[in-house]
Amino acid sequence: MVPIPYYLVLSAAMFMIGAVGVLTRRNAIIVFMSIELMLNSVNLTLVAFSVATGTITGQVLVFFVMTVAAAEAAVGLAIIIALYRRKQTVNLDEINILKW
Amino acid sequence: MTLGHIMFYVLGAGGVASALLVVTRRNPIISALYLIVNFFCLAGLYLTLNAQFIAVIQIIVYAGAIMVLFLFVIMLLNLGDDRKLSDAITVRKVVGAGLTLGLFMEVLYILLTAGPADSERAEAAGIALGTVEAIGAQLFTTFLFPFEVTSLILTAAIVGAVVMAKKKLD
Amino acid sequence: MPMISNAPLIVLFPLAGFLLIGLLGWKYRNELVIGIVGSGVIFLSFATAVGVLFEMASLPEEARRSTVQLFPWIGTFTGTSGSLGVSVGYQFDQLSILMTLIVTGVGFLIHVYSIGYMHGDKGYWRFFTYLNLFIFAMLNLVLADNFVLMFFGWEGVGLCSYLLIGFWYEKTFTGDAAKKAFIVNRIGDFGFLLGMFLIMRTFDSLSFTSVMSSASVMPTGTPVMFWIALLLFVGATGKSAQIPLFVWLPDAMAGPTPVSALIHAATMVTAGVYMVARCAPLYALAPDVLMIVAIVGAATAVFAATIGLVQNDIKKVLAYSTISQLGYMFLAMGVAAFSAGIFHVMTHAFFKALLFLGSGAVIHGMHDEQDIQKMGGLKKYLPVTYATFVVGAIAIAGIPPFAGFFSKDEILWNAFSSELGSPVLWTVGALGAVLTAFYMSRLVILTFHGKERFDHHHVHPHEAPKTMTVPLVVLAGLSFVGGWLGVPASWGLGNVVEDWLNPVFEPARHKLMLAEHESHAAEFTLMTISVVLAASGIYAAWRWYVQHTDVPDRIAGKFARTYRILLNKYYVDEAYDAVVVRPTQTASDKFLWKGVDVIIIDGAVNGTAKVIAIAAQTVRRVQTGVAQSYAMVIVAGIVAVIAALLFI
Repeated sequence: MVPIPYYLVLSAAMFMIGAVGVLTRRNAIIVFMSIELMLNSVNLTLVAFSVATGTITGQVLVFFVMTVAAAEAAVGLAIIIALYRRKQTVNLDEINILKW
Repeated sequence: MTLGHIMFYVLGAGGVASALLVVTRRNPIISALYLIVNFFCLAGLYLTLNAQFIAVIQIIVYAGAIMVLFLFVIMLLNLGDDRKLSDAITVRKVVGAGLTLGLFMEVLYILLTAGPADSERAEAAGIALGTVEAIGAQLFTTFLFPFEVTSLILTAAIVGAVVMAKKKLD
Repeated sequence: MPMISNAPLIVLFPLAGFLLIGLLGWKYRNELVIGIVGSGVIFLSFATAVGVLFEMASLPEEARRSTVQLFPWIGTFTGTSGSLGVSVGYQFDQLSILMTLIVTGVGFLIHVYSIGYMHGDKGYWRFFTYLNLFIFAMLNLVLADNFVLMFFGWEGVGLCSYLLIGFWYEKTFTGDAAKKAFIVNRIGDFGFLLGMFLIMRTFDSLSFTSVMSSASVMPTGTPVMFWIALLLFVGATGKSAQIPLFVWLPDAMAGPTPVSALIHAATMVTAGVYMVARCAPLYALAPDVLMIVAIVGAATAVFAATIGLVQNDIKKVLAYSTISQLGYMFLAMGVAAFSAGIFHVMTHAFFKALLFLGSGAVIHGMHDEQDIQKMGGLKKYLPVTYATFVVGAIAIAGIPPFAGFFSKDEILWNAFSSELGSPVLWTVGALGAVLTAFYMSRLVILTFHGKERFDHHHVHPHEAPKTMTVPLVVLAGLSFVGGWLGVPASWGLGNVVEDWLNPVFEPARHKLMLAEHESHAAEFTLMTISVVLAASGIYAAWRWYVQHTDVPDRIAGKFARTYRILLNKYYVDEAYDAVVVRPTQTASDKFLWKGVDVIIIDGAVNGTAKVIAIAAQTVRRVQTGVAQSYAMVIVAGIVAVIAALLFI
């Protein structure tokens, strides 16, 4: 069996890639997908630890994370649609009224 | 080098590559498609960890339901191939990438300096751990209340999404 | 002692009236109820005070003084040395109860009068609110057993004076008069306050009891006592309208006439006299100040009387007459004839309230006309007012057996005979008495006799209602008989008022080592002279204004310069305007406002704001509004925290 730390490194790498996407991309949809990427990498960590510790709680938590992720995706995408209707763009640099 | 190892390397490489493509592609549709690839790779990785249930719902919920939603929205907003959003290299991007790399290094440092995990015990218990039966038993006994609460979250999300996306807000 | 323990009720009744009318009056504008409540509480006070008086009279002389402590007010109540322990406590002795009777008695009559006088005024309830508040403050002033509570009353009556002078606030000049009264009073109050500070420093206490008992063992003529007495007297000159702070009182006539009668004739303006009398043991330690008091009083008496000679506003004449009479009271204080001074306060309260209320009835009947040159012949239209007014005028002129004669003569006799007095003071006082007799007769003649100089088409003089005439009649009665309480000792009938008051002033007189003079012959001579003088004043007025009406104009023409000076009140207002008001305004405008305020204060405030604005302009760039930059900060934070956990 592949040692658990391997999974953790892989998960960390994917998490960082997602984080880079969140920080650097301007397209709201892609940022949103990057967030999903980060969530999934965390799920991988949870499953890996679940196996490593021999308890099932981690996997149950993944189940809940997925549920919440589904809800989050629905609401997040609805927000993007609403934003697009109002500003005709999903460019995050232009959605900057949250200031001053 | 067992089959498990080979699968891990192949799927891990696929996952990282597809993740990189997700964040680098200009066209959101292509990004979304690579994200599906990434989800499949993850599902495979779950299988190598003997988490069959998670692997299956990863494909059904994520690759199936959520990604369809993404694609649907991208196409609804007609965001495909949006050249205007072409990204130049800006200071913010460099700093962001740098910070993330720093974070990665720190995590790596932690993982490398930590002691070896006890994988023998995992091997033994792992087979029976991730079955639908095992998770279901836990879910409907120990985690019954959180499980029921998720229904509320989903209901709220549905209502919220409907209200948000309604054409006339006011 | 049942009455004495209930004595604080004297003070609390007007407070209750003030609160009742003030809180509910604006809503239930029922004139009858407001009038009855407003007057009723004063009557209750008066009745209580009468009860206290009788109880006090039944006690032996030494036991008549008592104090009632209500509650601690400021600081500790232990009264230990060095701590400012001030309580709300009332002192009842012969002096304060007499003043209380004057305040509540005359106050009650004026309240009743106001029911008729203020009828139909839209500020009716407000008027009675202020009047009740005034009585409350005045009683605090009179009954206080320490300087601080007295000062509270002192300021309270000043406030009520301000509110009531400016009662008809729609008119600019009433507001100006109110402000003038307030500001001039503030100058005097500042002196009073400084005097209190000095007393606190010297005696380590502000309660009358301990200050007066400490004073009785102090040496005479020390500089600190000089300053204490002088500063207190400065306060008195402000409140009692003496030279040099008298200018506010004539202007104060802008208020409703009952106010002029109550505050600016009978009660508040005598507060200064009362305060000097109350502090007699302190003044006894500063004979120099007593001399100043006497000189200022005598000078004011004549000075104001000369102005009164030529004024044409009925209330202005009475105002200057009040200033003049207050001068007599201070003259009495200055020659240590404290009892005589307080006696004059009492009689003056009767006849001056009567005269003011009478003038109010005239003004009322003449539809707000105040110029006596436009009156004349009112005798037949206002018979009751006329009769009572004449009684008041004779009383103030000093014709026996009316009240003014006894009190004024007592003062003049003391001014002459006292070791602190001198023939000069008597001469000045007698001169004032002639002038008083003259201008009062002139006032009566011009108002009630002679040709009717008003316009019959527009003015229909009419007698005042019962609520106004009844107080007039009562006050006329008091003006007639009030003086009999103070028949000169030389007449052998016993001077009730002086016998009553003397125990209070005995320590002070003892300190001054004043002996009683028993030169009856001299007293009779002087008395006769002053009566003759007063009669000659009246005769002169009768001759000039009734028989040879051209004489006044001739004299005015002949001494045009003097006449103009008198008509313009010696240009005192103008002088103050030029010396004090205008420089202050200029300094405020050019230096304080445009210099200090605009440049320094505004500069500091705006400068601070500007610095912060500039800083904020710079710092706010951090808030880009782009969520990703915030996320970046979060990541940076995570990196930093993990780094800290790992490597530190």
